[in-house]
Amino acid sequence: MSARLALRAAVLGYLGLLLAAPVGLVFWRTFEHGLIPVWRVLSSHDAAHALWLTVLITAIAVPLNTIVGVACALAIVRHRLPGFGLVNTLVDLPLALSPVVVGLALFSFYGRDGLVGGWLEAHGIRVLFSLPAILLATIFVSLPFVVREVVPVLREIGVEQEEAAATLGASDLQTFLRVTLPAIRWAVTYGVALTTARALGEFGAVSVVSGAIQGRTETLTLYVQRSYEGFDTVGAYAGATVLAALAICALVLMSFLQRKGETR
Amino acid sequence: MAEVTAPLAQPLASGARRQASGAPLLAGALSALYLGVVVLAPLVALAFAAAGDRRAFWEATTNPEAVASIELTLAVSAVVVAIDVAAGTAIAWVLTRDEFRGRRLVDALVDLPLALPTIVAGLTLLALYGPRGGLGVNVAFTRAGIVLALLFVTLPFVVRTVQPVLGEIDRELEEAAASLGAGRLATFRRVVLPAIVPAILSGVALAFARAIGEFGAVVLISGNLPFKTEVASVYVFGRLNAGDRAGAAAISMLLLALSFATLLLVAALRRRVTRHER
Amino acid sequence: MIAVEGVHKRFGDFVALHDVSIRVEKGSLTALLGPSGSGKSTLLRVIAGLERPDSGRVAIGGVDVTARPPQERGIGFVFQHYAAFKHMTVAENVAFGLRIRRRPRAEIRARVAELLALVQLEGLADRYPAQLSGGQRQRMGLARALAVEPQVLLLDEPFGALDARVRRDLRAWLRRLHDETHTTTIIVTHDQEEAMEVADEVVLMRRGRVEQIGSPRELYERPASEFVLTFIGPVSRVAGAWARPHDVEIRLAPDGADEEAMVERIVHLGFEVRVELVDREGERLTAQLTRDEAEELELARGDVVWLRARRLARPVGGEPGHGSNGHVR
Repeated sequence: MSARLALRAAVLGYLGLLLAAPVGLVFWRTFEHGLIPVWRVLSSHDAAHALWLTVLITAIAVPLNTIVGVACALAIVRHRLPGFGLVNTLVDLPLALSPVVVGLALFSFYGRDGLVGGWLEAHGIRVLFSLPAILLATIFVSLPFVVREVVPVLREIGVEQEEAAATLGASDLQTFLRVTLPAIRWAVTYGVALTTARALGEFGAVSVVSGAIQGRTETLTLYVQRSYEGFDTVGAYAGATVLAALAICALVLMSFLQRKGETR
Repeated sequence: MAEVTAPLAQPLASGARRQASGAPLLAGALSALYLGVVVLAPLVALAFAAAGDRRAFWEATTNPEAVASIELTLAVSAVVVAIDVAAGTAIAWVLTRDEFRGRRLVDALVDLPLALPTIVAGLTLLALYGPRGGLGVNVAFTRAGIVLALLFVTLPFVVRTVQPVLGEIDRELEEAAASLGAGRLATFRRVVLPAIVPAILSGVALAFARAIGEFGAVVLISGNLPFKTEVASVYVFGRLNAGDRAGAAAISMLLLALSFATLLLVAALRRRVTRHER
Repeated sequence: MIAVEGVHKRFGDFVALHDVSIRVEKGSLTALLGPSGSGKSTLLRVIAGLERPDSGRVAIGGVDVTARPPQERGIGFVFQHYAAFKHMTVAENVAFGLRIRRRPRAEIRARVAELLALVQLEGLADRYPAQLSGGQRQRMGLARALAVEPQVLLLDEPFGALDARVRRDLRAWLRRLHDETHTTTIIVTHDQEEAMEVADEVVLMRRGRVEQIGSPRELYERPASEFVLTFIGPVSRVAGAWARPHDVEIRLAPDGADEEAMVERIVHLGFEVRVELVDREGERLTAQLTRDEAEELELARGDVVWLRARRLARPVGGEPGHGSNGHVR
């Protein structure tokens, strides 16, 4: 009995010191002097723009990755097309890849002396150090989550329900909307929560390709870094708190969805 | 009784409509295209950039600062996953076998590093364990700081791979072992451990891949002192800022190869685990 | 009603169907019978359009449907594992095909009520499949398939996942249902007793080929091959020849007998008595006696007796039920 208590205490202590205490401290430091300094920071042009940019990028990347993620999962599980084994591995790659490497890969492709960057620039299209680059980086790193969540659920539910729908006259689209989608809806939503968290918080890849131009291509994570390195702790903590609050929202949603998925 | 009008047993024309119409095929093709443009094409470009000049590649990968950064990355990652194995297994154990108030909250807390932006993770650790943390410790600009940052971001991996397996192991099995006279430690070593080893390895591989590539959590805390606290991803970033694209690409390719190898390992482990279940 | 002609189907190296042709009469109830891997389920799925044959044709109601998807074949399909739509209630499951066809609401409601009454699930309309027993789920599956008024009803091992008692009840119920509705029906089963009990016509398959087609009685009395003989009903081997257990006579003296054997076990089955024996070669066989016969013989375990086959069961070869290519090897 005492061994069990000791293990519990050790685990809680570890989690407390590694996770809870540092995060709690940042929250406390942020609001130490009330809401006014925080509000002043967040309503400054740079911070407001950074927040807006982060939200905008997330709002574009998440729906795109959700749609493609579901399509990919269907292709991997249901339609054994040649080459989809490769796709299956490729989808996982962003999970294991350093974000800096991702950024550099985009750099090598879209940069001025990159594979297509020069050609694009000659036609007046600029990708690097602008919105498209940030978007591409964010899409890259947040791609796997929906696929990873949906694939096992699709495998588990099998094809029988879809075949039954077909024998009852439902078209492919009707089968997808009425049978497949309701069956995978919790997995999709859970994947969306993870994708959103990742998209909001992306830092490494974005810092390589965005140029981090204040008030233009600076996302909220980049703003936090610049503020901290410029000894503006109030700004850094305020930005970090906003990001952490969004992350915790996603987290609460995730644990709620996990329970929902389990009880079914 | 109906008659079949056509002659018997003729092979179907190959262009005949499939029972699943073209829509899924189109969706598959489009998502493959999306993956190709978003993921594959940039990686190919990176490979071109790295392999373009063989001598530059060689020089970049044998540069002492680069070698030091890679050695440091591998060493701290190894330390981190070793701690993850112990801590992750213990956490998974407590979450599946212990009962106490607030367990659900703790369970949700384990996912926090997945949701929290990495730069925020680094910042929060510095707030408590940095120069003005008030605890009298300062891990800023030290290797201990890097380990701490990596422990933070890799925390969920071992927990989340071990937890479901531990949940599935029949408690009766453990009780049976105990009834046969096995002590608590012996029960764990002989009955539980063999069952969770593949899951632990799978979690270790994921944590290791994450650790060698981590950037955001480390960049503030490590101080990026060459030969001392500069990890590989930070080194790549520095090379790029210094205008050394070829050098950055060369080290990136090494990291990419490591990530890919880790992924293949995870896939192999997953296959082994599922085969075991059958 | 249904005509399958020269169908081939392979999965990789495995030949699932080899030149299979069958015909099914309108209003009949036909069983596709065979051991696992015989291709019976694949044949049913080819008829449904869920598998596409590599060659050959399928016609339903006089129309060549080979190139048509399952949606356009006018079929109802019942799956072994029910394939219930888990997120829909029983009523929604049954209404699915009608909703797809955009029937008026009032009509759907009336039809669903009628079908639920038919399958005796009236009180359970608002339950979810997870709240039903296996037998109830399968009756829901049947109602769902019947809702669209299919030309043909296809059942793939529909009772395979149920326990013996429920299975027996549902089998009898299916037969009554068919006698009321007269929907042309094909049922796949690996259980020869089920096929014999429920079907008008049995298609016996083996290794992707049709072994014999005929009524249950024809298959039993005029088996086209040794495989059919041994697969349909029990047989014993007496002195190298096949006989049905009830045709094996037990004698206490050797005169006129075919073989010597030892009594291993006597099983009392009410009116009948099954005697299990082992012959000199160590081969096991059984004889079926009436209770009176058994009492007269006063058999006991370990007794040595002599056997005679009153009538031999032998394959007749050639001439199975329908002519087509249902003959043997």
